[in-house]
Amino acid sequence: MKMGSNKIQIVRHHKDFHKMPHTHSQGSTEVGTVKSGTREIKIVRRVLDVNEKMAAQNRQLFTDHGVFVLNMMSSPGSGKTTMLVKTLAAVMPDIECAVIVGDICTTNDADRLAVSGAPVVQINTDEFGGDCHLAAHVIEKAAGGIDLHHVQLLIVENIGNLVCPAEFDIGEDARVVVLSVTEGEDKPLKYPLMFRVCDAAVLNKIDLLPYLEYDVEDAVKNIRQIHPDMPVFQLSAKSEEGFGPWLAWLRRKVDQKIKR
Amino acid sequence: MHEMGIAMQIIEIASASIPKDVPDVRVERVNLKIGKLAAVVPESLRFCFEIASKETPLAGAELHIDEIPVVARCKACQAEWVISGPVFTCASCNSGQIDILSGRELNIESIEIAEEESNHEDGQQ
Repeated sequence: MKMGSNKIQIVRHHKDFHKMPHTHSQGSTEVGTVKSGTREIKIVRRVLDVNEKMAAQNRQLFTDHGVFVLNMMSSPGSGKTTMLVKTLAAVMPDIECAVIVGDICTTNDADRLAVSGAPVVQINTDEFGGDCHLAAHVIEKAAGGIDLHHVQLLIVENIGNLVCPAEFDIGEDARVVVLSVTEGEDKPLKYPLMFRVCDAAVLNKIDLLPYLEYDVEDAVKNIRQIHPDMPVFQLSAKSEEGFGPWLAWLRRKVDQKIKR
Repeated sequence: MHEMGIAMQIIEIASASIPKDVPDVRVERVNLKIGKLAAVVPESLRFCFEIASKETPLAGAELHIDEIPVVARCKACQAEWVISGPVFTCASCNSGQIDILSGRELNIESIEIAEEESNHEDGQQ
Protein backbone atom coordinates (compact mmCIF):
# COMPACT_ATOMS: atom_id res chain seq x y z
CA MET A 1 0.00 0.00 0.00
CA LYS A 2 2.47 2.58 -1.12
CA MET A 3 1.14 6.08 -1.15
CA GLY A 4 2.12 8.21 -4.06
CA SER A 5 2.71 5.34 -6.48
CA ASN A 6 -0.93 4.56 -7.09
CA LYS A 7 -2.83 5.32 -10.23
CA ILE A 8 -6.14 5.81 -8.51
CA GLN A 9 -7.35 9.34 -8.42
CA ILE A 10 -8.52 10.43 -5.02
CA VAL A 11 -11.39 12.87 -5.09
CA ARG A 12 -11.58 14.90 -1.95
CA HIS A 13 -14.99 16.43 -1.98
CA HIS A 14 -14.40 18.94 0.74
CA LYS A 15 -11.57 20.51 -1.18
CA ASP A 16 -13.55 20.72 -4.39
CA PHE A 17 -16.47 22.28 -2.63
CA HIS A 18 -14.29 24.78 -0.88
CA LYS A 19 -14.76 28.01 -2.72
CA MET A 20 -11.35 29.39 -1.89
CA PRO A 21 -8.29 28.31 -3.90
CA HIS A 22 -6.88 26.79 -0.75
CA THR A 23 -3.81 24.67 -1.32
CA HIS A 24 -2.19 22.51 1.34
CA SER A 25 -1.84 24.90 4.16
CA GLN A 26 1.51 24.80 5.86
CA GLY A 27 0.81 27.80 8.00
CA SER A 28 -2.10 29.81 9.19
CA THR A 29 -1.65 32.91 7.10
CA GLU A 30 -5.22 32.87 5.86
CA VAL A 31 -6.64 32.83 9.34
CA GLY A 32 -4.79 36.03 10.02
CA THR A 33 -6.41 37.68 7.03
CA VAL A 34 -9.44 39.35 8.45
CA LYS A 35 -12.37 40.04 6.17
CA SER A 36 -12.69 43.72 5.42
CA GLY A 37 -15.22 45.51 7.56
CA THR A 38 -14.97 42.98 10.34
CA ARG A 39 -13.37 42.85 13.75
CA GLU A 40 -11.59 39.69 14.78
CA ILE A 41 -12.10 38.35 18.27
CA LYS A 42 -9.48 35.83 19.35
CA ILE A 43 -10.77 32.74 21.09
CA VAL A 44 -8.20 29.91 20.70
CA ARG A 45 -10.02 27.06 22.39
CA ARG A 46 -10.24 23.38 21.74
CA VAL A 47 -13.72 22.65 20.43
CA LEU A 48 -13.93 19.45 22.48
CA ASP A 49 -12.54 20.93 25.68
CA VAL A 50 -15.85 20.38 27.46
CA ASN A 51 -15.50 16.67 26.76
CA GLU A 52 -11.84 16.71 27.74
CA LYS A 53 -12.58 18.36 31.09
CA MET A 54 -15.32 15.85 31.79
CA ALA A 55 -12.99 12.99 30.80
CA ALA A 56 -10.37 14.29 33.24
CA GLN A 57 -13.02 14.33 36.00
CA ASN A 58 -14.02 10.78 35.14
CA ARG A 59 -10.38 9.68 35.20
CA GLN A 60 -9.94 11.21 38.65
CA LEU A 61 -13.13 9.55 39.91
CA PHE A 62 -12.01 6.15 38.64
CA THR A 63 -8.50 6.59 40.05
CA ASP A 64 -9.90 7.61 43.44
CA HIS A 65 -11.83 4.34 43.51
CA GLY A 66 -8.94 2.26 42.18
CA VAL A 67 -10.83 1.31 39.03
CA PHE A 68 -9.05 0.40 35.81
CA VAL A 69 -11.13 1.49 32.81
CA LEU A 70 -10.86 -0.21 29.43
CA ASN A 71 -12.43 1.42 26.39
CA MET A 72 -13.22 -1.26 23.82
CA MET A 73 -13.84 -0.05 20.31
CA SER A 74 -14.43 -1.77 16.99
CA SER A 75 -16.45 -1.82 13.83
CA PRO A 76 -19.94 -3.32 14.12
CA GLY A 77 -20.01 -7.09 14.16
CA SER A 78 -16.37 -7.74 15.05
CA GLY A 79 -17.40 -9.88 18.02
CA LYS A 80 -16.79 -7.44 20.89
CA THR A 81 -19.70 -8.64 22.98
CA THR A 82 -18.85 -12.34 22.67
CA MET A 83 -15.25 -11.52 23.50
CA LEU A 84 -16.37 -9.57 26.54
CA VAL A 85 -18.67 -12.33 27.76
CA LYS A 86 -15.76 -14.78 27.61
CA THR A 87 -13.33 -12.28 29.14
CA LEU A 88 -15.64 -11.62 32.08
CA ALA A 89 -16.12 -15.33 32.68
CA ALA A 90 -12.34 -15.78 32.81
CA VAL A 91 -11.41 -12.87 35.08
CA MET A 92 -14.49 -12.46 37.29
CA PRO A 93 -13.49 -15.01 39.89
CA ASP A 94 -10.59 -12.80 40.97
CA ILE A 95 -11.26 -9.33 39.52
CA GLU A 96 -14.40 -7.35 40.36
CA CYS A 97 -15.85 -6.16 37.05
CA ALA A 98 -18.54 -3.86 35.75
CA VAL A 99 -19.57 -3.04 32.21
CA ILE A 100 -20.94 0.00 30.44
CA VAL A 101 -22.22 -0.90 27.01
CA GLY A 102 -23.15 1.63 24.38
CA ASP A 103 -25.48 1.08 21.47
CA ILE A 104 -27.67 3.39 19.50
CA CYS A 105 -30.67 1.15 20.24
CA THR A 106 -31.61 -2.13 21.99
CA THR A 107 -30.45 -3.72 25.24
CA ASN A 108 -29.43 -6.97 23.54
CA ASP A 109 -25.76 -6.64 24.40
CA ALA A 110 -26.49 -5.75 28.03
CA ASP A 111 -28.74 -8.81 28.30
CA ARG A 112 -25.93 -11.04 27.02
CA LEU A 113 -23.36 -9.46 29.33
CA ALA A 114 -25.58 -9.55 32.43
CA VAL A 115 -25.30 -13.36 32.43
CA SER A 116 -21.75 -12.86 33.77
CA GLY A 117 -23.16 -11.51 37.02
CA ALA A 118 -21.26 -8.22 36.61
CA PRO A 119 -23.23 -4.99 36.95
CA VAL A 120 -24.08 -3.81 33.44
CA VAL A 121 -25.26 -0.36 32.41
CA GLN A 122 -26.66 -0.05 28.92
CA ILE A 123 -26.45 3.31 27.23
CA ASN A 124 -28.72 3.86 24.28
CA THR A 125 -27.52 6.98 22.55
CA ASP A 126 -30.87 7.69 20.92
CA GLU A 127 -31.56 9.36 24.26
CA PHE A 128 -28.51 11.51 23.57
CA GLY A 129 -29.31 12.33 19.97
CA GLY A 130 -28.38 8.98 18.45
CA ASP A 131 -24.68 9.62 18.80
CA CYS A 132 -22.19 7.40 17.05
CA HIS A 133 -19.79 7.36 20.00
CA LEU A 134 -19.80 7.55 23.80
CA ALA A 135 -18.76 10.93 25.15
CA ALA A 136 -17.36 11.61 28.61
CA HIS A 137 -20.58 13.08 30.04
CA VAL A 138 -22.48 9.94 29.08
CA ILE A 139 -19.91 7.78 30.89
CA GLU A 140 -20.16 10.01 33.95
CA LYS A 141 -23.91 9.49 34.03
CA ALA A 142 -23.60 5.73 33.50
CA ALA A 143 -20.88 5.38 36.14
CA GLY A 144 -23.28 6.98 38.62
CA GLY A 145 -25.32 3.80 38.41
CA ILE A 146 -22.40 1.58 39.45
CA ASP A 147 -21.02 1.10 42.96
CA LEU A 148 -17.40 1.84 42.11
CA HIS A 149 -16.21 0.72 45.56
CA HIS A 150 -16.74 -2.83 44.38
CA VAL A 151 -15.20 -2.50 40.93
CA GLN A 152 -11.59 -3.05 39.90
CA LEU A 153 -12.14 -3.34 36.16
CA LEU A 154 -14.70 -1.28 34.30
CA ILE A 155 -15.05 -2.24 30.67
CA VAL A 156 -16.74 0.23 28.34
CA GLU A 157 -18.02 -1.42 25.19
CA ASN A 158 -18.17 1.55 22.88
CA ILE A 159 -20.47 1.92 19.93
CA GLY A 160 -19.44 -0.13 16.89
CA ASN A 161 -17.71 2.52 14.80
CA LEU A 162 -14.06 2.99 13.89
CA VAL A 163 -14.25 6.74 13.31
CA CYS A 164 -15.88 8.87 15.98
CA PRO A 165 -15.07 7.02 19.23
CA ALA A 166 -11.37 7.55 18.48
CA GLU A 167 -11.85 11.28 18.92
CA PHE A 168 -13.54 11.18 22.34
CA ASP A 169 -11.63 10.64 25.56
CA ILE A 170 -13.97 9.15 28.16
CA GLY A 171 -11.51 8.99 31.04
CA GLU A 172 -10.23 5.49 30.31
CA ASP A 173 -6.84 3.99 31.19
CA ALA A 174 -6.42 1.93 28.04
CA ARG A 175 -8.04 1.56 24.65
CA VAL A 176 -8.41 -1.62 22.69
CA VAL A 177 -9.56 -1.92 19.10
CA VAL A 178 -11.14 -5.19 18.00
CA LEU A 179 -11.25 -6.23 14.38
CA SER A 180 -12.12 -9.59 12.91
CA VAL A 181 -10.78 -11.69 10.08
CA THR A 182 -14.04 -11.33 8.16
CA GLU A 183 -13.14 -7.67 7.59
CA GLY A 184 -10.51 -6.31 5.21
CA GLU A 185 -6.82 -6.61 6.05
CA ASP A 186 -6.47 -2.92 5.24
CA LYS A 187 -8.86 -1.66 7.92
CA PRO A 188 -6.00 -0.17 9.96
CA LEU A 189 -4.96 1.88 6.94
CA LYS A 190 -8.52 3.08 6.38
CA TYR A 191 -9.01 4.12 10.00
CA PRO A 192 -5.54 5.28 11.05
CA LEU A 193 -6.64 7.48 13.95
CA MET A 194 -8.37 4.58 15.69
CA PHE A 195 -5.33 2.34 15.42
CA ARG A 196 -3.05 5.19 16.41
CA VAL A 197 -4.89 6.06 19.64
CA CYS A 198 -5.34 2.48 20.86
CA ASP A 199 -2.98 0.61 23.19
CA ALA A 200 -3.68 -2.87 21.87
CA ALA A 201 -5.47 -4.54 18.97
CA VAL A 202 -7.40 -7.77 18.91
CA LEU A 203 -7.79 -9.79 15.72
CA ASN A 204 -10.89 -11.86 16.42
CA LYS A 205 -12.59 -14.87 14.80
CA ILE A 206 -9.36 -16.68 13.88
CA ASP A 207 -11.35 -19.95 14.04
CA LEU A 208 -12.76 -18.89 10.64
CA LEU A 209 -9.36 -18.58 8.95
CA PRO A 210 -9.52 -22.00 7.24
CA TYR A 211 -12.61 -20.81 5.35
CA LEU A 212 -11.31 -17.40 4.33
CA GLU A 213 -8.59 -15.95 2.18
CA TYR A 214 -7.53 -13.63 4.95
CA ASP A 215 -3.88 -12.66 5.15
CA VAL A 216 -3.12 -12.37 8.87
CA GLU A 217 0.45 -11.27 8.26
CA ASP A 218 -0.72 -8.46 6.04
CA ALA A 219 -3.28 -7.33 8.62
CA VAL A 220 -0.67 -7.30 11.39
CA LYS A 221 1.78 -5.49 9.12
CA ASN A 222 -0.85 -2.84 8.46
CA ILE A 223 -1.53 -2.39 12.16
CA ARG A 224 2.19 -2.01 12.84
CA GLN A 225 2.49 0.51 10.04
CA ILE A 226 0.09 2.75 11.95
CA HIS A 227 1.22 1.84 15.46
CA PRO A 228 4.56 0.03 15.41
CA ASP A 229 4.72 -1.12 19.03
CA MET A 230 1.11 -2.08 19.54
CA PRO A 231 0.47 -5.56 20.89
CA VAL A 232 -1.81 -7.56 18.58
CA PHE A 233 -3.76 -10.48 20.05
CA GLN A 234 -4.95 -13.04 17.55
CA LEU A 235 -7.79 -14.98 19.08
CA SER A 236 -11.19 -16.52 18.69
CA ALA A 237 -13.80 -15.39 21.16
CA LYS A 238 -15.87 -18.38 20.13
CA SER A 239 -13.33 -21.16 20.62
CA GLU A 240 -11.20 -19.16 23.10
CA GLU A 241 -8.10 -20.06 21.11
CA GLY A 242 -5.41 -17.46 21.75
CA PHE A 243 -7.22 -16.03 24.79
CA GLY A 244 -4.30 -16.53 27.17
CA PRO A 245 -2.06 -13.64 26.05
CA TRP A 246 -5.04 -11.26 25.90
CA LEU A 247 -6.14 -12.13 29.42
CA ALA A 248 -2.56 -11.87 30.71
CA TRP A 249 -2.23 -8.38 29.19
CA LEU A 250 -5.53 -7.29 30.71
CA ARG A 251 -4.70 -8.70 34.15
CA ARG A 252 -1.32 -6.98 34.11
CA LYS A 253 -2.91 -3.65 33.23
CA VAL A 254 -5.51 -3.98 36.01
CA ASP A 255 -2.83 -4.97 38.53
CA GLN A 256 -0.66 -1.99 37.61
CA LYS A 257 -3.55 0.37 38.28
CA ILE A 258 -5.07 -1.07 41.44
CA LYS A 259 -1.75 -1.67 43.20
CA ARG A 260 -0.70 1.92 42.80
CA MET B 1 -20.39 11.29 11.73
CA HIS B 2 -20.30 13.37 14.89
CA GLU B 3 -19.93 16.66 13.01
CA MET B 4 -23.33 17.88 14.23
CA GLY B 5 -22.16 17.71 17.85
CA ILE B 6 -18.96 19.50 16.93
CA ALA B 7 -20.89 22.18 15.03
CA MET B 8 -23.06 22.74 18.10
CA GLN B 9 -20.00 23.07 20.32
CA ILE B 10 -18.52 25.60 17.92
CA ILE B 11 -21.74 27.62 17.98
CA GLU B 12 -21.79 27.51 21.78
CA ILE B 13 -18.18 28.63 22.17
CA ALA B 14 -18.46 31.30 19.47
CA SER B 15 -21.74 32.68 20.82
CA ALA B 16 -20.24 32.99 24.29
CA SER B 17 -17.30 34.92 22.83
CA ILE B 18 -19.34 37.71 21.29
CA PRO B 19 -18.74 40.91 23.27
CA LYS B 20 -21.77 41.87 25.33
CA ASP B 21 -21.50 45.54 24.32
CA VAL B 22 -22.48 44.89 20.70
CA PRO B 23 -26.13 43.86 20.59
CA ASP B 24 -27.57 42.11 17.50
CA VAL B 25 -24.12 41.58 16.09
CA ARG B 26 -23.63 39.35 13.09
CA VAL B 27 -20.75 36.92 13.04
CA GLU B 28 -19.27 36.96 9.56
CA ARG B 29 -16.66 34.27 9.87
CA VAL B 30 -15.50 31.58 12.27
CA ASN B 31 -11.85 30.60 11.96
CA LEU B 32 -11.02 27.00 12.79
CA LYS B 33 -7.90 24.88 12.79
CA ILE B 34 -8.54 21.23 12.09
CA GLY B 35 -5.81 18.64 11.91
CA LYS B 36 -5.92 16.15 9.10
CA LEU B 37 -5.82 13.34 11.64
CA ALA B 38 -8.90 14.65 13.45
CA ALA B 39 -11.99 12.61 12.67
CA VAL B 40 -13.76 15.56 11.10
CA VAL B 41 -14.90 15.96 7.50
CA PRO B 42 -14.84 19.70 6.74
CA GLU B 43 -17.70 19.54 4.26
CA SER B 44 -19.93 17.66 6.72
CA LEU B 45 -19.03 20.16 9.39
CA ARG B 46 -20.02 23.07 7.14
CA PHE B 47 -23.29 21.38 6.30
CA CYS B 48 -24.12 20.75 9.97
CA PHE B 49 -23.01 24.22 11.00
CA GLU B 50 -25.32 25.81 8.47
CA ILE B 51 -28.29 23.91 9.87
CA ALA B 52 -27.41 24.23 13.56
CA SER B 53 -26.58 27.94 13.38
CA LYS B 54 -30.02 29.00 12.17
CA GLU B 55 -31.58 31.56 14.49
CA THR B 56 -28.31 32.06 16.36
CA PRO B 57 -25.87 34.99 16.04
CA LEU B 58 -23.79 32.64 13.90
CA ALA B 59 -26.43 32.24 11.20
CA GLY B 60 -24.91 32.78 7.78
CA ALA B 61 -21.34 32.89 9.09
CA GLU B 62 -18.65 31.36 6.96
CA LEU B 63 -16.63 28.51 8.47
CA HIS B 64 -13.03 29.10 7.55
CA ILE B 65 -11.14 25.86 8.08
CA ASP B 66 -7.38 25.83 8.14
CA GLU B 67 -6.35 22.20 7.69
CA ILE B 68 -3.23 21.36 9.63
CA PRO B 69 -0.93 18.70 8.21
CA VAL B 70 0.12 15.70 10.28
CA VAL B 71 3.71 16.36 11.31
CA ALA B 72 5.76 13.71 13.08
CA ARG B 73 9.18 13.68 14.72
CA CYS B 74 11.26 10.56 15.14
CA LYS B 75 12.35 9.98 18.73
CA ALA B 76 15.39 8.05 17.53
CA CYS B 77 16.88 10.28 14.82
CA GLN B 78 14.91 13.53 15.35
CA ALA B 79 13.83 13.65 11.71
CA GLU B 80 10.65 15.63 11.13
CA TRP B 81 8.29 15.02 8.25
CA VAL B 82 4.73 15.47 7.05
CA ILE B 83 2.73 12.24 7.15
CA SER B 84 0.63 12.12 4.01
CA GLY B 85 -0.41 8.47 4.04
CA PRO B 86 -1.11 5.76 6.59
CA VAL B 87 2.53 5.10 7.49
CA PHE B 88 3.70 6.16 10.92
CA THR B 89 7.26 4.87 10.85
CA CYS B 90 10.28 7.10 10.33
CA ALA B 91 11.22 7.41 6.67
CA SER B 92 14.86 8.03 7.61
CA CYS B 93 15.65 5.33 10.17
CA ASN B 94 12.48 3.18 10.11
CA SER B 95 11.92 3.62 13.85
CA GLY B 96 8.37 3.34 15.10
CA GLN B 97 9.03 5.62 18.05
CA ILE B 98 7.56 8.89 16.89
CA ASP B 99 5.82 11.91 18.32
CA ILE B 100 2.90 13.43 16.50
CA LEU B 101 3.61 17.17 16.56
CA SER B 102 0.47 18.32 14.81
CA GLY B 103 -2.56 16.99 13.02
CA ARG B 104 -4.96 16.27 15.90
CA GLU B 105 -6.13 19.88 16.24
CA LEU B 106 -9.79 20.75 16.49
CA ASN B 107 -9.57 24.34 17.59
CA ILE B 108 -11.66 27.44 17.29
CA GLU B 109 -9.20 30.27 16.75
CA SER B 110 -11.34 33.37 16.39
CA ILE B 111 -14.57 34.87 15.18
CA GLU B 112 -14.98 37.91 12.97
CA ILE B 113 -17.92 40.19 13.62
CA ALA B 114 -19.26 43.01 11.47
CA GLU B 115 -17.38 46.20 12.40
CA GLU B 116 -20.43 48.40 12.41
CA GLU B 117 -24.08 47.79 11.98
CA SER B 118 -24.67 47.91 8.28
CA ASN B 119 -27.89 48.03 6.35
CA HIS B 120 -26.94 46.00 3.32
CA GLU B 121 -28.37 42.50 3.24
CA ASP B 122 -25.52 40.55 1.69
CA GLY B 123 -22.83 40.53 4.32
CA GLN B 124 -21.15 37.56 2.66
CA GLN B 125 -18.49 37.89 -0.01
